[in-house]
Amino acid sequence: MLLVAFLQEANAREESDTDNKEQQVDVNEIVFGHIGDSYEWHITDIGDTPIAIPLPVIVKSSTGWHTFLSSRFEEGDGEYEGLYIAKDGEYKGKIVEKDAGGNEVKPLDISITKNVAGLFINSAILVILVLSCARWYKKHPVEKEAPKGMVGMMEACIFAINDDVIKGCVGKDYKRYAPYLLTAFFFILINNLMGLIPFFPGGANITGNIAITFVLAVCTFLVVNIWGNKEYWKEILWPDVPWWLKAPFPMMPIIEVFGIFTKPFALMIRLFANMMAGHAAILSLISIIFITANMGPLINGSMGFVAVAFGIFMTALELLVAFIQAYVFTMLSAVFIGLSRTEEVREEKEMK
Amino acid sequence: MLLAVLLQSAAAAGLGKLGAALGAAIAVIGAGIGIGKIGSSAMEAIARQPEAAGDIRMNMIIIAALVEGVALIAIIVCLLTLFL
Repeated sequence: MLLVAFLQEANAREESDTDNKEQQVDVNEIVFGHIGDSYEWHITDIGDTPIAIPLPVIVKSSTGWHTFLSSRFEEGDGEYEGLYIAKDGEYKGKIVEKDAGGNEVKPLDISITKNVAGLFINSAILVILVLSCARWYKKHPVEKEAPKGMVGMMEACIFAINDDVIKGCVGKDYKRYAPYLLTAFFFILINNLMGLIPFFPGGANITGNIAITFVLAVCTFLVVNIWGNKEYWKEILWPDVPWWLKAPFPMMPIIEVFGIFTKPFALMIRLFANMMAGHAAILSLISIIFITANMGPLINGSMGFVAVAFGIFMTALELLVAFIQAYVFTMLSAVFIGLSRTEEVREEKEMK
Repeated sequence: MLLAVLLQSAAAAGLGKLGAALGAAIAVIGAGIGIGKIGSSAMEAIARQPEAAGDIRMNMIIIAALVEGVALIAIIVCLLTLFL
């Protein structure tokens, strides 16, 4: 009943105040602004003035290379050296320039955007974390002492992943693939966790960006297929199935080739959708507080309480999901690598 | 009366959005049923053999993540219909 009343009131309100749209909170912009990429790192708003870290823009347009801080876009009514950020259209939010015909054209853009800066920060954290733990092992004799503190925790985590996941799923030559798989696990884990922290230097939604999960999936794809042994390719192109499934029209080989691409594709979509959906859910719940701000103190207070409670629950859930998604990505990559290093199944030996 | 209110807000928002929301809801029903079955069979297995609880727990989480991945592919398709 409460929900129906809420719906009706929200519907009526939408039709009545189309003229004061500035007061309506644009949830779309809040959610997608936080999830998406941008040319500056927005930290907070003090009153009306935004506090943001301007990031360098590196663009190769028709007039050569331009390198400047993105704060220049605010100075000269949005345009600087012929480049400006498009307000709408196909390239909304990206740097464009106008070519000779007056059309908006996107130049070669290798700027340090928020995601790139976030990647640098998280990679630095990862490298410092792992290498400082490795230094402990160089300085202390491993047979006599056991590490304590952070090194001990990292050792427990790495051993857990190494023994259970990598050794179990890859099989015999797991040591060759352990560096890639461990790096993937800790990279995804640290990026997921930093994405959950709401203030700088966290808060950049990196693993919820499909380009990044695409690259991770491509890495797994390359590792599986380039180092797959002959048995693996034989099972794909000429599998051990009845002849009528592969001879006149190669049905099974086509399905298997399709499967080579769908498995990393599923890895990519799984990680991307889990992370993006989690961020969007938390942001939407917090936006409820701002949406209900104009509707009177009773609704605002109660919905605020609901939003905070759900927000805490969702953040805790996202913490669990961050770890699970890193674990599942690593485990599935290990399984695919293990499958690509299969040995020939000898039928005679099985029929004992 | 409830139906009239819902239909009015649906018509205002557009049928495409209604379709996307319904699609996401049905996908989540499938994921819920699947993960529920995984959980129940994992509970039964642990009850039968408590010393295998660690192995069973790991496999349960892995398969739950796979089922959730499929449901999330459906969610992505619904989002694509909204924005493309």
